[in-house]
Amino acid sequence: MCVRHLFAVLVVGLAAILGEASLAQDTKQVPTAGRTPVPLPAKGKGEQCVAPVEWMRRNHMTALEHQRDRTVREGIRTRQFSLKGCIECHAVPGANGRPVGVADARHFCRTCHDYAAVKLDCFECHASRPAEAAQRAGRIDVQKDVAELARYLEGLER
Amino acid sequence: MSGDVRGQAPCGCDAGAGEARPSAEEANAAGIHSARRWFLKSAAAFTTVALAPGVTLMALTGGASPSAARPPSQPASSGQRWGLLIDASRCPEGCSACVSACSQENGWKGTGHPRTDAQWIRKLTVRDPKSSVTRSVPMMCQHCASPPCVDVCPTGASFKRADGIVLVDKHICIGCRYCMMACPYKARSFIHEPLTDQLAHAPRGKGTVESCTLCVHRVDEGRTPACVEACIGAGHGAMMFGDLNDPQSEIAKRVATLATRQIRADLGLDPGVRYQNL
Repeated sequence: MCVRHLFAVLVVGLAAILGEASLAQDTKQVPTAGRTPVPLPAKGKGEQCVAPVEWMRRNHMTALEHQRDRTVREGIRTRQFSLKGCIECHAVPGANGRPVGVADARHFCRTCHDYAAVKLDCFECHASRPAEAAQRAGRIDVQKDVAELARYLEGLER
Repeated sequence: MSGDVRGQAPCGCDAGAGEARPSAEEANAAGIHSARRWFLKSAAAFTTVALAPGVTLMALTGGASPSAARPPSQPASSGQRWGLLIDASRCPEGCSACVSACSQENGWKGTGHPRTDAQWIRKLTVRDPKSSVTRSVPMMCQHCASPPCVDVCPTGASFKRADGIVLVDKHICIGCRYCMMACPYKARSFIHEPLTDQLAHAPRGKGTVESCTLCVHRVDEGRTPACVEACIGAGHGAMMFGDLNDPQSEIAKRVATLATRQIRADLGLDPGVRYQNL
């Protein structure tokens, strides 16, 4: 009995040491898909995120929630914590060159949310990929306005 | 108002869009008209270029020129009250340019269930039973000063922004549809089906109520709503957008001088959408 106990203690101790080692590997941010899977989100555009990465990992949801209320209720449309901004910066190109939507497991948000098993419901309403160029073309475009104006007046003359 | 308010479903066509433009004979009838148009054309093009982003087609039509874009960090101000003025005599029957522009801008479309499909704006034909005179007008959220949809909302999702735009905060809408019952204009609709590929500037999803937002995303950029732009583009110019609180704005001047009316003014809701020649 005593020998068995000793053996069990040894096994537990060994496991603990091994676990410690793998944890140490995690905290060093070694992005290897070894025995312990780690989420590997794609890198965003630009040099840095809108806030320190460590802070974003823990607080992005709070920042997004406050921004959402400010935007919907008051019409404040600053870019720093805008969901649209996140989506544009963190677009992951798919096979056809077009950014992948949230249906694809490579989507930036999904990589971590899948790993942590946290449900993402933003994209039931929001677009999960950046607006296409045609959509963005709806923005103020003086050249286009002038061309449209000319066309309208041509129509009047005819 | 008589007739079926859900009468004409958006057909997505621009049929008749060009019909209200002056005919060829009319345009060629007097040389003076042609000369005036030439002058207007060059003058308008000049101002559009010179004043850069704030100027749109509105400059030409003498329509409302909405205020310059607010800085993104500034909240909407209660000093403004956005509104529409619709000239029923210039809105031809059969034209649905405003409806298709709204649908395209905000990404709503039919799912084959006309009774329950989303409908942010629709064309109505109103008829006076005594004289049989008919008018065709667009009908959308009237952006009331005292909106009944806001009064009845149990969660506070239905709200009025400081500048008078009535919206649904879909984050906290539970989809009870009480606001749809309360709205005398039948302006709101409920999304029954799951959606994908929504537009980035117009989030919408299953289980929430929605309605005309007065193109709030465009207004915040200093632009006019898509329906107004389309109406001008189609050559009718029946819709005008602007700040009802600014006495210098074209819309406020017209409201002050012309006989305009609010639909169901008897309810005392003070809608921000006004109609003339109805």
